[in-house]
Order: sequence, then C-alpha cells, then structure tokens
Amino acid sequence: MTDKAPLHELPLFEVFIRSKNGLHHRHVGSLHAADAEMALTAARDVYTRRSEGVSIWVVRTKDITASSPEDRGPFFDPNEDKMYRHPTFYDLPDEVGHM
Amino acid sequence: MNRPETDPHFEYLLRLGDSSLILGQRLAEWCGKAPILEEELALMNIGLDLIGQARLLLSHAGQVEGRGRDEDRLAFFRDVQEWRNLLLVEQENGDFAKTMARQFLFDTFQGLQYRELAASADSTLAEIAVKSLKEAEYHQRHSRNWMLRMGDGTEESHTRLQKALDELWGYVPELFEMDEVDQAMIAAGIGIDTNALRAEWDSRVREVLSEATLTVPDVGWAVSGSRKGQHTEHLGYLLAEMQFLPRAYPDARW
Repeated sequence: MTDKAPLHELPLFEVFIRSKNGLHHRHVGSLHAADAEMALTAARDVYTRRSEGVSIWVVRTKDITASSPEDRGPFFDPNEDKMYRHPTFYDLPDEVGHM
Repeated sequence: MNRPETDPHFEYLLRLGDSSLILGQRLAEWCGKAPILEEELALMNIGLDLIGQARLLLSHAGQVEGRGRDEDRLAFFRDVQEWRNLLLVEQENGDFAKTMARQFLFDTFQGLQYRELAASADSTLAEIAVKSLKEAEYHQRHSRNWMLRMGDGTEESHTRLQKALDELWGYVPELFEMDEVDQAMIAAGIGIDTNALRAEWDSRVREVLSEATLTVPDVGWAVSGSRKGQHTEHLGYLLAEMQFLPRAYPDARW
C-alpha cells in the first residue's frame, strides 16, 4: 500500500451484512467498486458466498463521519464515573427473562 | 459426426451440460489473474455455478444414456468431436471486456433457456432448471452491469468492449439454431423452442447495448457446427488442460 492511490483506483466502500432476519447489519469489511450497484454485487460475491447474509448495505467510505482518537477524552471518559446510567440496580421479575 | 443411434434425449442434455462446463472452465482460467480481487471472486463464483449446473446435467445425461458413463467420464473422456457446447462459450477469454461480452451474450440466453426448461416434462431437467435459474439471474445482473459500465465508461473500455462484441457476434445465431434433436425434444415436451426466444433475447441485448452506447454489430459472418461436434480451434486446447489429469492418472484421488 502506498500513500498515493493511483488515479484509476476504484472508490472504497464499507460493507454491512445482516446475517439473519431480526439481527442488525454488522460491518464485515470493505471493497473497491466503481459505484454502489457494483459494490453491492461485489459484496455479495466477496462476503456472502458461504450463506453469511440475508441483506447487504454498502456505503462509500468517504461518506462515513468518524470520531477521531483525540475525541476520546471529551467523548468517552466522562461516562466512566456515572454508574447510575447502568440499569444494574433494579430487581427484574423472573417473567422478564433475559434482557 | 452425429451417430444415427444417438438418443436425442441424451444428446439434448449433453448440449446443455457441455455449454455450462466449458464456460465454467473458461472462467476458471481467470483464477489468480482477474483485474481486481472483487472481480476474481465474482468470476470464480459464476464459474463454479456453471460447473455445478454441468455436473447435474451431465450426471443426468449419463443416466439417460444408460451406458454407465458418469459426469466425470463424460467431462474428462470425450474428445473435441464429441463435445456439444456452443461455439460462443469456447472462445478464448481475451481481455476482461471480451470475457464479459461473451458472458453477457450467454447469460441472457441461458436465463431465458432455464426459464422455459422449468416446465420440461423431464422432471429432473425441470428441477435443475429451477435451481439454475436463480444463479443465471444473478449472472445476468453481473454481466449486464459490466456492459453498462465499460460501454459507457472510458474511451478505452468502450473501444475494447465494442471490439469484443464484433469478434463474438458471429457466434450468436448458433444459440437459436435448431435441428432434429431439438424437434424431437419439443415433441416429447422435454425441450424448448429456442427460436421463440430470439425476439426476447434481441430486445434485452439491444436495450443494454443502447444504454451502454454500444453498436449492435453487423459483421456479415456467422459460424455454427457444435451440434455436429464441429468446433473452433480453441476447444482442443481447453480440453487438453481440463482433461490432462484424469487422463494421465485415471485413478487419481484427492
């Protein structure tokens, strides 16, 4: 991998697969494709050939807005001492089962 | 040469199975050489779909023939003149544009063929057709996508794809040719009238070519002969590679 991607390189897409109905789509990897339709078929060929999915999402990598490592302090650290946000202080009736 | 004693039912299944197998083998030649990894997997998936179809069709052909030949016997121990695949599918891969043009012309045909064969009086053949139709529909989507993107892509991709179509167009009329085997199978309710599919094939192909800014070739030549075992020079080399191992080591095992 070089820093300078050649001009003719195809755009990068991220691939999300729903493994079965009721579950949510999970990020499984990425691939190069000319456009969204080609990314969808490529994702089908690369990531679902062993029956891994029932639904596929693809999205241009450049369209994803991500938090940066510098955000970690202000974003996540303040949550660490707020135990009251975790619902661990309730007694669940047995009928509820697993939550 | 067509031996007069050949059972038309066997012959018919052989034609279907052989076209799938030879095109599957052609696609397998891209293994390790495809332009990008994503496309490599796509080509291998499609090739393996076709080889899977061929296994079912040739196994069934062997049973219909009743001389104890199984799928492997039929795939690996027949010489050029005994093969019944369409001339189109044995044409060399060339560049990626040629591979995709060949694929598009065939996929469009095969999809229509399987759709009709799903109603065959031969229930095994009908089941194979139903299963294979889903695969064929995906193959069509894949090759159609490439036709649109290469045809309406860069100047180079357009030029290459148009050249590929011009080179392959003369093999198209054979897809719709029919002989006494086809007639016998139509009469028995087993086979289909491919001639009746021509108009639909034409309109589908023309629609894509037009959207892809490609010109429908007007080449002024056409060849056929696969029904009689007359092939282009390319099939022999393909068979030599495909059949080498089981012929050199008949009892070879994994």
